[in-house]
Amino acid sequence: MEFTDDQVMRYSRHIILPEVGGKGQEKIAQAKVFIIGAGGLGCPVGFYLTAAGVGTIAMIDNDDVEMSNLQRQIAHRVDTIGMPKVESARNTFQALNPDVNIIALRQRISKHDILDLIKDYDVIVDGSDNFPTRYLVNDACVMARKPLVSGAILRFEGQVTTIIPGEGPCYRCLFEEPPPAGLVPSCQEAGVLGVLPGVIGGLQATEVLKIILQKGELLKGELLIYSALKTTFRKVKVPKNASCPVCGDTPTITELLDYDEDYCSLR
Amino acid sequence: MRLMINGKLKENIGATTVQELLDELGIISERVAVEVNLSIIRKKDFHVFRIHDGDEIEIVNFVGGGTDKRKEQSA
Repeated sequence: MEFTDDQVMRYSRHIILPEVGGKGQEKIAQAKVFIIGAGGLGCPVGFYLTAAGVGTIAMIDNDDVEMSNLQRQIAHRVDTIGMPKVESARNTFQALNPDVNIIALRQRISKHDILDLIKDYDVIVDGSDNFPTRYLVNDACVMARKPLVSGAILRFEGQVTTIIPGEGPCYRCLFEEPPPAGLVPSCQEAGVLGVLPGVIGGLQATEVLKIILQKGELLKGELLIYSALKTTFRKVKVPKNASCPVCGDTPTITELLDYDEDYCSLR
Repeated sequence: MRLMINGKLKENIGATTVQELLDELGIISERVAVEVNLSIIRKKDFHVFRIHDGDEIEIVNFVGGGTDKRKEQSA
């Protein structure tokens, strides 16, 4: 593919990097990334990947922008309150970089459609804020063999890991089953420092670009834990778990589960 | 007993199993995953898995939002 003069100028600080170059920028321009959630994490991930010139970015989210989102969800604005988050984010990203094809999906992701939705994408990013979605996305990416960059935030703590199915562990290798409903609070219940998703989302976007460029070392088999209060990063090695129910030697989960439905039926 | 917990040395630990350790540290077991010497310990084994002097233990919080409902899809 040929870059226009404006594009060469726009991506010049990438192209000058030996690890990226014109070839790498072409890979970025041809890449397709699917982001789950257009909130705290999805905003910075989508923002930076848009700036980087990723060819196609899909975002899925069912919510509308609220005033309480603006403390951290940096793609949304006062004048987009009430608008679907994916549309608000698309407007912001498109204004930054019209080269990028932004696909806004205003819907809840479910076990019925996730495999079909992600099938044409190269990298999946989890920026969800709830365990039912987190486990659904993990299981779907393992089954579809899609690279997944998973991020999570709460209060002052953030976690990031990169899952390459077939090569390293998955989210369930460490956290086999979701915690009992109500035991681990949400950001809505327990709060979150507004900057925290910027740090974690920035790390997620970096992992995505490394996957696309096939450069550097991924957070594969490692969970990176950031403490904003202590200003520490800790890496926990996560071995592939032979008894993992979804990616182990004898998987017991061979069809997608919807924990949301399970939780509701248990209550 | 001395243990390395999350990269830090902790002394005078009395616990002999993973579950006792979590109790001693005041950690609710359903909120964490535990690794002992780079092996992930299954939750159902917390009560029986014995820990020993010098073990390296990682206790990792569940982070990822609520489980009650799926009102907000994004963090």
